[in-house]
Amino acid sequence: MTTVINVPPSLDEQSFEQILERVAQLGPDAKMLLDARHTRWASPYGLGALLTLGQTRLHARPTLAVPDSDDTASYWARANFFHYAEDFFELKGLVPRRTGSGESQVLLELTPISRTEDVHEVVGRIQQKAQQMIAQELGIDAKAIVGFAMTLSEVCQNIIEHAGLGGWVMVQTYNWTKRLGRRVVVIAVCDAGVGFRQSLESSGGQVPNDRWDDAAALEAAVIRGVSRFRDPGRGQGLAGVRKYIGRWNGKLSVRSGTARIAIVPDWDDDVPLMEKLPAFPGAQIQVTIPERVAR
Amino acid sequence: MTNHIDLGTVLRQTLSANLYSNLVTRSTGRAVRTQIELLVSSSANRVLTVIDFAHVSMIDFSCADEVIAKLLQSFAPDREAYFVFRGMTDDHWHAVESVLERHGLALVVEADTGIELMGVLDEREQRAWQAMKRRGRAAAWELAGDMGEPEPTVRLALDRMWQRRLIMRHEGAYMPVGEIA
Repeated sequence: MTTVINVPPSLDEQSFEQILERVAQLGPDAKMLLDARHTRWASPYGLGALLTLGQTRLHARPTLAVPDSDDTASYWARANFFHYAEDFFELKGLVPRRTGSGESQVLLELTPISRTEDVHEVVGRIQQKAQQMIAQELGIDAKAIVGFAMTLSEVCQNIIEHAGLGGWVMVQTYNWTKRLGRRVVVIAVCDAGVGFRQSLESSGGQVPNDRWDDAAALEAAVIRGVSRFRDPGRGQGLAGVRKYIGRWNGKLSVRSGTARIAIVPDWDDDVPLMEKLPAFPGAQIQVTIPERVAR
Repeated sequence: MTNHIDLGTVLRQTLSANLYSNLVTRSTGRAVRTQIELLVSSSANRVLTVIDFAHVSMIDFSCADEVIAKLLQSFAPDREAYFVFRGMTDDHWHAVESVLERHGLALVVEADTGIELMGVLDEREQRAWQAMKRRGRAAAWELAGDMGEPEPTVRLALDRMWQRRLIMRHEGAYMPVGEIA
């Protein structure tokens, strides 16, 4: 029997949880059809997390029904989604060919990260396009471009240093009318690796106990800068990301295992810590930097 | 003896590609630092190495930890290995400052105004440095007089700065890095 799971019309960090709730009820070999025919929009996180979900279902290759909307499907194609999705899903429906045409606010399309050179590549590419899209369109100080590239580098390195499995990164600007009424630039980094808890446990310094779980691991890593390495210089990456987020009134959220932690700015009403979420491997990170508005 | 290291060149040799000008990722930083350490290790016991950032677009936190913090920690106090960092801009400084704070380190920077010390320095060290900049080579008692503090206290601070390789010490005198290279 194949279980049909509807992909929400608007696929983002929050609505992706609806998919995970359904997937959590299925065994690892259960057949499933992800129905994205009515999906009209997807954030970088949504697309990256979908790929990651496919990566976790290698025993029973899921089917993905592609969006009916030409605009949506074309956008997913331009974002390189179908290119990688072919490896993990049976694609059902009309898959547009990737073309360079059409307006795109994609700063960096879905890009696999598994080696150091991949991080060099994405940082180099983002610097070329960031000046115009971040500094001019978002009104963010040109000085912030370097910090943005550093943030991108550090969150990508999380995959290389801790995941033990390749992942994806995507960067995009868009008008976030629903929540903010302003433009934002978003970095999404998703992997299906070992996740924060297992990574920290691997050092031997974290002994599993009643108070040690995915939420505690996220608090340790994201808030306190704890790393699995005993080296005192470790943990600076996420600390630096937090600092950058604070400087530009941005938002950072990290989901791993059954928990999600967020550094929440005043413009958002997200929950700082969510526990007992449906289990999902690896780590999924989102960084959101809003447009600067004159006060 | 003086070495000059163009970080951009070392970076490209490390990655076996001419495409990149960003010092990013911990493993890249580790590889670059290893190259610098090899050069310094094969030099005389007292050696000054100028590390030039001119051809590096940016550096991230992880790389700064490897290339700056671990490098500064790797030779002191066993070797008299001094480092001067040249060509640093705000684009580099953000990450570098962060790792210096984390490890309680300071470094010698070649700025437009000349040699400067940046990073974690206590108030007495800062005053000793200002006094030394005015005088150049000076004995502890001379700097103590300028600072209006007892000589033993100032000498202790100067020796601490020398052990961190922020200043040089030679024949009973103290001086900014580079004076006797």
